[in-house]
Amino acid sequence: MSPAAARKIEARHRPMVEVRHLSKIYAGGVEALNAISVDFPEGQLTSLLGPSGCGKTTLLKIIAGLIPATSGEVMVDGRPVTGPGPERAFVFQDFALMPWANVLRNVAFGLELKGVAQSEREAVAEKHIASVGLGGFEHAFPHELSGGMRQRVGLARALAVNAKVLLMDEPFSAVDEQTRRKFQEDLLELIAREHKTFLFVTHSIEEAVYVSDRIVILSKRPSQVSAIVEPEIGRGRDPDQIRRDSAYLDTVETIWQSLKRYLD
Amino acid sequence: MTLIAETKAYAHRGSAWGDILRHPATLWLISAVIVAGAWEIAGRWPISPAFPPFSDTMSALAGLIADGTLGKALIITLKPLAIGLIASVVMGVGLGVLMGLNRFAEWLGSPIFVIAQSAPLAALIPILTFAYGIGLTAKILTVCIMAMPVIVLNSLNAVRHTPATLLDMGHSFLATRRQIIFKIILPAASPVIFAGLRLGCAAGFIGVILAELLITPTGIGDIITYNQSVAEYEKMYAAIFAIMALSVLLISLLEMIETALFHPEKRAQS
Ligand SMILES: Nc1ncnc2c1ncn2[C@@H]1O[C@H](COP(=O)(O)OP(=O)(O)OP(=O)(O)O)[C@@H](O)[C@H]1O
Ligand SMILES: [Mg+2]
Repeated sequence: MSPAAARKIEARHRPMVEVRHLSKIYAGGVEALNAISVDFPEGQLTSLLGPSGCGKTTLLKIIAGLIPATSGEVMVDGRPVTGPGPERAFVFQDFALMPWANVLRNVAFGLELKGVAQSEREAVAEKHIASVGLGGFEHAFPHELSGGMRQRVGLARALAVNAKVLLMDEPFSAVDEQTRRKFQEDLLELIAREHKTFLFVTHSIEEAVYVSDRIVILSKRPSQVSAIVEPEIGRGRDPDQIRRDSAYLDTVETIWQSLKRYLD
Repeated sequence: MTLIAETKAYAHRGSAWGDILRHPATLWLISAVIVAGAWEIAGRWPISPAFPPFSDTMSALAGLIADGTLGKALIITLKPLAIGLIASVVMGVGLGVLMGLNRFAEWLGSPIFVIAQSAPLAALIPILTFAYGIGLTAKILTVCIMAMPVIVLNSLNAVRHTPATLLDMGHSFLATRRQIIFKIILPAASPVIFAGLRLGCAAGFIGVILAELLITPTGIGDIITYNQSVAEYEKMYAAIFAIMALSVLLISLLEMIETALFHPEKRAQS
């Protein structure tokens, strides 16, 4: 990316999440992140792509305030992160639903913890359950739902607290390919509608190129930013057309070439 | 709604007879009939003169109930049992959960219960009588020693094995420590805690009978010892049967409480 292009982006989107010289060494001595610095622009979806075990989950959890960094700092909306905060919500890879609670209670759980009155939080939850396409399942329990439906519950729960930043750790990796494509379409719609900042971890290059405004490619552990790609594919077209588009295919190929060298 | 509608429709497809046959109470009844039948046959065989048939045992039981012997004995036996079980349940769950939440408490407490669970407890009874005499205290303690370790250790493990991602979820939504414990850890731990309670209560029944046989013969233990010594085996087995039936009753009650509080049937295998 040229400096001029970089300035253009900075001007259009101020960074919502700023990661500065972040390092993480786990108790066992594993060095997961090595002085990594990266920005996540407001209102955009930024993907983290990198070899397995390179520290993507670690980075996301530090940004979420779930684990402490060894050194360096994270700023969200201009304020340093010292723990979880109301402006961030996490979508978990394994959904993290409470099996003893129905969909309604699961989705409303963030608000329940905040002490929002039951009728009020259930009204908010119902709205988000409908918005992720689960209307009618409010009283179903997680074990009665498919993997794809469970992840929609996880997404609705994150949306219900109305956080500015959504942290998603491989949210679609546990669902089948058809559901995954549907999810990607829905996610694009969501980004257009909600004006939130999305941090999205994925293993799939195609998925990253398809849904991202920006892709941060990480190197092998200990991780550093190896490249930043901004897929210039026109949105709002027929999905199948996009997937055949040469710009889309070229971007996928470029990223594949840069990731390939990390395979052993 | 489609998914739920489908499961319901499926459940209704089976015939009424099928529903009755699959009902838990039916299975229960069938297995009770088989056991009673086997007991009857074995008693009539006879395996041993000291092993009366089921029917004789039941008529002896009716006799014991009618002349008030069983009622009086149960009141005596139930006293140390009830006190011991209530103490074991309250303290056992409390201590187990505390040890699950706090590493220091675990370090301090868990060795005692691990040893208590694996020690031959009958061997401790003489020490108990030496220290606390042959009264109620020693019997209550016997019940506690039998019942508490499994309750404590199950509660401890249940709390310790709360899924890490549910804890992360709670933290990320800014739950307080209190909310994490009451809204995530305890509901997640409840099935294993209740399994421990069922095992603990069953062990408590063993404990009280052991105490009544080994410390001083009172209550049910007295009926057992006395009738054994005068070779009225039907009455001895009737007393044993009565205490076992009571134990099963209590465990079923625990299951009902669990169902009412935590809906284990709703979480299934997810
Ligand atoms: N709690 C932990 N304790 C010690 N080491 C850990 C811990 N969590 C992760 N690691 C190590 O840190 C490194 C980075 O892990 P992380 O889960 O962040 O990778 P990832 O990029 O998310 O991998 P994947 O793509 O497979 O999900 C790995 O080598 C992992 O073994
Ligand atoms: Mg990961």
